[in-house]
Amino acid sequence: MRSKLPLAAAILLFAAPLRAEEKSVPAIADPLVRQECGSCHMAFQPVFLPARSWNRIMDELANHFGEDASLPPDKAQRIRAYLTANAGDAAGGGWARRYMRWVAESGTPLRITANPAFERKHRLPDAVWKDPKVVTKSNCPACHTQAEKGWFDDD
Amino acid sequence: MIRSVLIAATLAAVPFAAMAGAPRRDAILSDYATQASQANPGFSGFSAQRGELLFRTRWAGGDERTPSCTACHTDRPQGPGRNAKTGRPIEPVAVSVNPKRFTDMAEVEKHFSRDCKSVLGRPCTPLEKGDYVTFMAGQ
Repeated sequence: MRSKLPLAAAILLFAAPLRAEEKSVPAIADPLVRQECGSCHMAFQPVFLPARSWNRIMDELANHFGEDASLPPDKAQRIRAYLTANAGDAAGGGWARRYMRWVAESGTPLRITANPAFERKHRLPDAVWKDPKVVTKSNCPACHTQAEKGWFDDD
Repeated sequence: MIRSVLIAATLAAVPFAAMAGAPRRDAILSDYATQASQANPGFSGFSAQRGELLFRTRWAGGDERTPSCTACHTDRPQGPGRNAKTGRPIEPVAVSVNPKRFTDMAEVEKHFSRDCKSVLGRPCTPLEKGDYVTFMAGQ
């Protein structure tokens, strides 16, 4: 019994941080990115897409999923720099690796929710998606209340 | 003595803090008034009543998910809303419960340019913007 205690402690010590890394992504550190990208929807953490996707999204802000999300050039430039520097293929590690695994080298995905890594974790009954609080699959905080802090560990 | 001065100062500061946005809101309104009279020399001021009509009208020509302002802001501007496209919660637009509203011209213009396109299917006129802000300032 005595010999098992250190082992249990070691498992606890190492398992907890490992799990945390698996279920979280770095939160957005730049307040401008948080504010502007979070104005109409949750500000999605840049690790979920590769840098070329963020570049394309920033190129096409005037038609952002059907919406005119244009920004003044100085703000757009700073946001683009942050998103590409912290993109999934720039940051690496943790969840970024899991999401980037599905992205073809020449691929430029625009929807995080279309990534198989997302789909596999979100096979939920229609009733969940039709909840009036949910509205759309990209509304992470409807269920993951700490999503904006990078935590998706409450499923 | 010191205590009563402190209390008086605190009491004086409370309404001031709540009203701090008013001068900036007035500046935004006067900017829109200038634009409105340039567009129409007969312009004779904004109307909260017209602003309310703008807010509640179901328009045609915009996005079908947002036929009116109320699609996201609900019928009660004093209450929280929800973005009809993304599900994101929206803070109340009524100034009485959310004094930060309409105090930053760039922010106000950004939202009018996005939301008018989405709801009305066209940009709002300076008259419409001023009417809307006037309505919300009294709510």
